[in-house]
Amino acid sequence: MNSGKNGKPIDRRQFIAGVMKTACGVGMIGLGLGLYSRQASSLPAAVLRPPGALPEADFNGACIRCGLCVRDCPYDILHLGRLGQAVPTGTPYFIAREAGCEMCEDIPCVAACPTNALDHELTDIGDADMGLAVLVDHESCIAFQGLRCEVCFNICPIRGEAITLDMQHNPRSGKHALFIPVVHSQPCTGCGKCEEACILDEAAIKVLPRHLAKGKLGAHYRLGWEQKRAAGGALVTPDAEHRYNLPEGMHYDHAGRGLIEDGGAPIPADPLDTLNRKGGL
Amino acid sequence: MQDYPGKTAAAEQGWLKAHKWLLLRRGSQLGILAVFLLGPMAGIWILTGNLSASMTLDVLPLTDPLLLVQSMLSGARPVVSGVVGALIVLLFYALVGGRVFCSWVCPVNLVTDLAAWLRRRLQIQTSARLSRNLRWWLLGLVLLMPIATGVMAWEYVNPVSLTHRGLLFGMGWAWAVVAAVFLYDLFVVRRGWCGHLCPVGAFYGLIGVKALVRVHANGRERCDDCMDCFNICPEPQVIKPALKGQGQGIGPVIRDINCTNCGRCIDVCSKDVFRFRIGGERASPGHQADRGRQRVAPG
Repeated sequence: MNSGKNGKPIDRRQFIAGVMKTACGVGMIGLGLGLYSRQASSLPAAVLRPPGALPEADFNGACIRCGLCVRDCPYDILHLGRLGQAVPTGTPYFIAREAGCEMCEDIPCVAACPTNALDHELTDIGDADMGLAVLVDHESCIAFQGLRCEVCFNICPIRGEAITLDMQHNPRSGKHALFIPVVHSQPCTGCGKCEEACILDEAAIKVLPRHLAKGKLGAHYRLGWEQKRAAGGALVTPDAEHRYNLPEGMHYDHAGRGLIEDGGAPIPADPLDTLNRKGGL
Repeated sequence: MQDYPGKTAAAEQGWLKAHKWLLLRRGSQLGILAVFLLGPMAGIWILTGNLSASMTLDVLPLTDPLLLVQSMLSGARPVVSGVVGALIVLLFYALVGGRVFCSWVCPVNLVTDLAAWLRRRLQIQTSARLSRNLRWWLLGLVLLMPIATGVMAWEYVNPVSLTHRGLLFGMGWAWAVVAAVFLYDLFVVRRGWCGHLCPVGAFYGLIGVKALVRVHANGRERCDDCMDCFNICPEPQVIKPALKGQGQGIGPVIRDINCTNCGRCIDVCSKDVFRFRIGGERASPGHQADRGRQRVAPG
């Protein structure tokens, strides 16, 4: 390549100028492509990746956008992002509200992936981390109104583990319980079945990317009771025991039992029983 | 009617013979597309995935090696099926010619061939000058992006995969990219995309550097300089050494890695100068014997 058009020889100066011109042009294209790909690589919070997906930044490098996971999903919940959508073009996703992951035991989507974008080290679907369910709206969730629902609790593929029901006093009726769904982040795989099944027009429980859903306690926090348990005893000088001005032969237990008569049974619920007892107080 | 490449060949040898390789090629392109489309459209799953990676009848994995390389450059560990698939693809195109992918498989070729055909029919002469070496620069860029950004940046805009994936999984705005390539080829640069810019084609060209299937200009002494082959060829620069190099001792085999083995030069030549041959130059340069041994290997 030492002659240009019309066979005229190219001198070194022209050659270097030509290379620099092309390099600058291609560099500009690269800059545009790089900036666009950074923009285009952000995943909306409502969109979830299939099980085993690498962290988002790595996923967009590893995934070759072939759609084999989409085809091998027996429940057809996966889609590939289209150009112009907010999802990175060609990458697989699902929307929990439309159809959550059914958590197949053999994880066919991962098996189909030719690149480890869906990590083949994921062999137990229970270890999947597609996101984390969050009961985002306590105002519209009918459990907080004292109404029985528990659909999210019952639909959960690991029922009783990822979502439990916390029974609380219903102050409105004064005599009923509220069955409050509580999500536990460790067992929850983010499959999205709870969001799919939520009976509201707009789901009160939503699966979010874990980094959006989880809080984080400052590393300097020490929970005294756990420290105490781990050490097998108090690590600081224990407080002096509180003295109550109680009649002789009585003491008081903070942690539940209440007023206790030494050498005897706790005070019965009906005060008359105590008053009528021989010897009295 | 105006003159067009292949007119003489069609008049002298019949329309069918003047379009034989074109028809076979369209059959290959559309056939492959049809087998892919049978799944999503008719529920007959012979092939799943797309040209980036596919699985045939649950046994044969095929992976685009360029994509696998990008994936690995971004830091991802490969999977056995992906690597095996890429090796099969590499081996196949290493034998039949790397850019056989371009002319016999790639769906964008249908678009750019249409643009080229319209350009001839409408006699659109304007053509911006662009180096055919730009594709190598772009290939370098494509491979650099995953290293620099950790993201497979090229796949956000790659017309080849956007088109094929779009047909199978939903187009979105990919049709606009296809339209842009078409209009660019039609009005801006002749064979502008496939022949100048496409880094995917450049990569496949590299694969086929030692390919066995080649177009031979065995009958080059019969050439009457009608220029039909140059006018129809998507990479006309590849023809000249083999066709006109007899004086300089250059053999009749088209060895340029940019030759797409499309066979259009064979079609349009009324003098039967060209034919596909497997293997090197067994016949001495310029020798036209050995006719019985012409072989074909469609993609």
